[in-house]
Amino acid sequence: MYQTTYHRASSVDEAASLFAKSSEAKFLAGGQTLLPVMKQRLAGPSDVIDVAKIKDMIGVEASGDTLTIKAATPHYDVATSDAAKKAIPALAYLASLIGDPAVRYRGTIGGSIANNDPAADYPAALLALDATVKTNKRSIAAADFFKGLFTTALEDGEIITAVSFPVPAKAGYSKMPHPASRFALAGVFVAQTKSGEVRVAATGASQNGVMRVPAIEAALKTNWSPAAIDSVSIPASGLLADIHGSAEYRANLVKVMAQRAVAAAG
Amino acid sequence: MGVEGIGARVVRKEDKRFITGKGRYVDDIKLTGMTHAYFIRSPHAHAKVKGIDSSAALKMPGVVAVLTGKQLVDDKVGNLICGWAITSKDGSPMKMGAWPAMAPETVRFVGQAVAVVIAESKNLARDAAEAVVVDYEELPAVADMHAAIKTGAPQLHPEAPGNQVYDWVIGDEGAVNAAFSKAANVVKLDVTNNRLAPNAMEPRAAIADYDAAEEHFTLYTTSQNPHVARLVLSAFYNIAPEHKLRVIAPDVGGGFGSKIFIYPEEMVALWASKKVGRPVKWTGDRTEAFLTDAHGRDHITHAEMAFDANNKIIGLRVKTYANFGAYMSLFSSSVPTYLYATLLSGQYNIPAIHAEVIGVYTNTTPVDAYRGAGRPEASYLIERLMETAARQLNVDPAQLRRTNFITQFPHQTPVIMAYDTGDFNASLDAAMKAIDYAGFPARKAQAKSQGKLRGIGVSCYIEACGIAPSKAVGSLGAGVGLWESAEVRVNPVGTIEILTGSHSHGQGHETTFCQLVADRLGVPISQVSIVHGDTDKVQFGMGTYGSRSAAVGLTAILKAMEKVESKAKKIAAHALEASEADIVIENGEFKVTGTDKAIAFPMVALAAYTAHNLPEGMEPGLKESAFYDPTNFTFPAGAYICELEVDPGTGKTSFINFVAADDFGRLINPMIVEGQVHGGLAQGIGQALLEHAIYDANGQPVTASFMDYAMPRADDLPSFNLSHTTTLCPGNPLGIKGCGEAGAIGASAAVINAITDAIGKNNLEMPATPDRVWRTIHAA
Repeated sequence: MYQTTYHRASSVDEAASLFAKSSEAKFLAGGQTLLPVMKQRLAGPSDVIDVAKIKDMIGVEASGDTLTIKAATPHYDVATSDAAKKAIPALAYLASLIGDPAVRYRGTIGGSIANNDPAADYPAALLALDATVKTNKRSIAAADFFKGLFTTALEDGEIITAVSFPVPAKAGYSKMPHPASRFALAGVFVAQTKSGEVRVAATGASQNGVMRVPAIEAALKTNWSPAAIDSVSIPASGLLADIHGSAEYRANLVKVMAQRAVAAAG
Repeated sequence: MGVEGIGARVVRKEDKRFITGKGRYVDDIKLTGMTHAYFIRSPHAHAKVKGIDSSAALKMPGVVAVLTGKQLVDDKVGNLICGWAITSKDGSPMKMGAWPAMAPETVRFVGQAVAVVIAESKNLARDAAEAVVVDYEELPAVADMHAAIKTGAPQLHPEAPGNQVYDWVIGDEGAVNAAFSKAANVVKLDVTNNRLAPNAMEPRAAIADYDAAEEHFTLYTTSQNPHVARLVLSAFYNIAPEHKLRVIAPDVGGGFGSKIFIYPEEMVALWASKKVGRPVKWTGDRTEAFLTDAHGRDHITHAEMAFDANNKIIGLRVKTYANFGAYMSLFSSSVPTYLYATLLSGQYNIPAIHAEVIGVYTNTTPVDAYRGAGRPEASYLIERLMETAARQLNVDPAQLRRTNFITQFPHQTPVIMAYDTGDFNASLDAAMKAIDYAGFPARKAQAKSQGKLRGIGVSCYIEACGIAPSKAVGSLGAGVGLWESAEVRVNPVGTIEILTGSHSHGQGHETTFCQLVADRLGVPISQVSIVHGDTDKVQFGMGTYGSRSAAVGLTAILKAMEKVESKAKKIAAHALEASEADIVIENGEFKVTGTDKAIAFPMVALAAYTAHNLPEGMEPGLKESAFYDPTNFTFPAGAYICELEVDPGTGKTSFINFVAADDFGRLINPMIVEGQVHGGLAQGIGQALLEHAIYDANGQPVTASFMDYAMPRADDLPSFNLSHTTTLCPGNPLGIKGCGEAGAIGASAAVINAITDAIGKNNLEMPATPDRVWRTIHAA
């Protein structure tokens, strides 16, 4: 690891002002990506600003038709949150599948979506549930937030403070984990909104990161059942391929995971 | 057996320090004035080193020195050696390419060191390493074995034309050809045995400390065999004569073979310590472990098995290509030859076997022994062949094995090994009963109704362990003897120290070796301690690998114990005014049989050291040593059966049951044996389903971290159902066969046989990843 200066911010404003004063700062939440990268000397920020202890950034709250997860809430807290399990059980379930227990105790929703790993679990939920990303400057719709591999709409120094999810009528998530990393080889989140819209998002599959799957959405719109997806064909072009999964395999997984997610959603 | 004697499930003495964080590993050791080494490693698989500019690095804070491969060669530090001589079929010796500890001219795999920075801290050394400019001229590289032996392929070593290490044969080709010419059925199979990264939990590390006044070196290192390390470092690498080099292997966190070998880093640390006049520490990180710890396996094999009309095997023909990586590691040559082809008879009566093994250099990390070493490759091949044959001949796979089992012992195979004892039907019976083999078809049908593909796979393995006797391995080309040594020191108060040439790096010697003493003397194991891993303390010994510590090392302790007991009986008889022949040892006392006259063992020990009243002419003291060289290898064997389900939608495998019925001869501590089997099975299943060290066509490693290299985790594994059948090994007095490698040897074939049974297709390579299984299911 290169020399760096560690700061622990006690408020969002303090974190933002520390960032502004630093030459090349990085925000640290759970550190599940940043710390390994720093240890490998692939990143060398002058300053590391820890936002994980900011009280206003931790917690899960349900209010009316909205579930809000504050940005520094660890996955374990989401997975075990009564509010989350009641409002959107599929989301709590998704959190329970992230990485392994050590990752879930440290990793946060804000860190995950800010990094926008193409195989991370949360982006599928945000996109399928039409969530809103709250920052210290603005609100961003999930569809506008994810901009491709490891790229988001966040501006330099902008801090995610929370993510709010409209509570759907039905939702389900199914994931085939990467055998080594336990990221998603493919994970599919399906949702039916209270107004009847069907939204399906897949992670781990596309070379451009999380994506909507219109063919499956159309099939489910007509008939919300696993069998409705039987005739859908997912093209392999544009999908990721590596030693653990060919593009054809991932295309198959998108379909199979979608069917299982629908079955889980009921 | 007593509560702590042989056969008792004694809790491991060493675990208190390990699970409370009090283990003392190499990296825990800090010496006064210690410097830290960071190696500069090649990012290229094959390149010329045109120049190294360290001028900027030398000006950086805390930098003590930057040392290069050229300086190392100029100082006449010897090249790394391979210690087992193999002769090709044309009579020529194996072709060993020169391997300097740091490359002065040419790098041949990604991760090979070209220079080292010595600095006040590891971080400062790493900072400076980034300022060292190495001028490489890239050369064409080759990572694939078949590509490497093609005409026009990039050539690695001038000593090895065509990148061929050797072309070795064993067996009677004429007899095999005759068998095939009269065969009723021939079964053919191509298999790849995937390359594995060993990944011991503790990365390799070394601290070298040169004492200029005494011209003496001390090396702390992560070694399975510190005496062998000292021997090789002095005899071949020109570091120091043996009496001026002390090698200490303290607590070592796993080896699996990868810590048998002497690596460049400890050679460089020793040399650098003398150069800079201060201790030098190097601790590898996980990336360095992936890049530089010797890998395992990596075979491509074509095999054919001939059967007569009664389904009896009449011949076996095998051709194997073995990937050596870029250099010949210390025992690499023996692994695909004498540790592999000599086990090709498996548990079966095969009258004629011929095998040809072609060793190949590629621009990849060197390959050497990894848990099982050659025997998993043989067992996997034979057991896949038997399953394939059963399918082709349309007979039950268990029955086909029974038809061909060796049932008379001793049994001389056509490939050197003479099996001493065994009962293969008993193991298979136990495994089939444990898994309810007869009930499988009903379970398969039930699973099918739920959309799952269920399969069952059998694997009947045999291995040759102990890796001794010395005369035998010497005749096969080994550069060392493979006996073991022990010294039993009884202290004046009756406590006991056992000095052993074996080395524990997870095996539990500190417990099991004490159990032998407890068993014989009736003293508590708390009164016994095990001393190992330090060449200054312990007599020369050969170390731990090849499941040999109990069969060979513990027998050496037994031999020394017998001498101690004999002398102690004389002292007791003298004190009790009885005949030596009437003295028996019971519960820590030496008794005159049939009387109530007794003397406690500590009083015997005290008498030996006070020497006030010893038998006439007896030397004082109570300390004896022994060297033990067995008369044969040992032959652990067993039957594993795996039942699993495949999800046709994803290709994912889920275990239903995994039973292992092993015959290890006598068990010292069944709990520790079970732990060894669990670990071995995890590695065998890891090879079958998850693990694969992959290079791209240019020799760049694709799997150099746990994000890409899939190590098995607890939730990847089933709960194991273990049992034992026992035939005592006649080759050693305790009847021990060894248990350390069995799981890794037998498991992978059981898993692949079960998956191929489930999906109804026979051709499936390891690792059977969900993607690979899914594609196999849906292939035309």
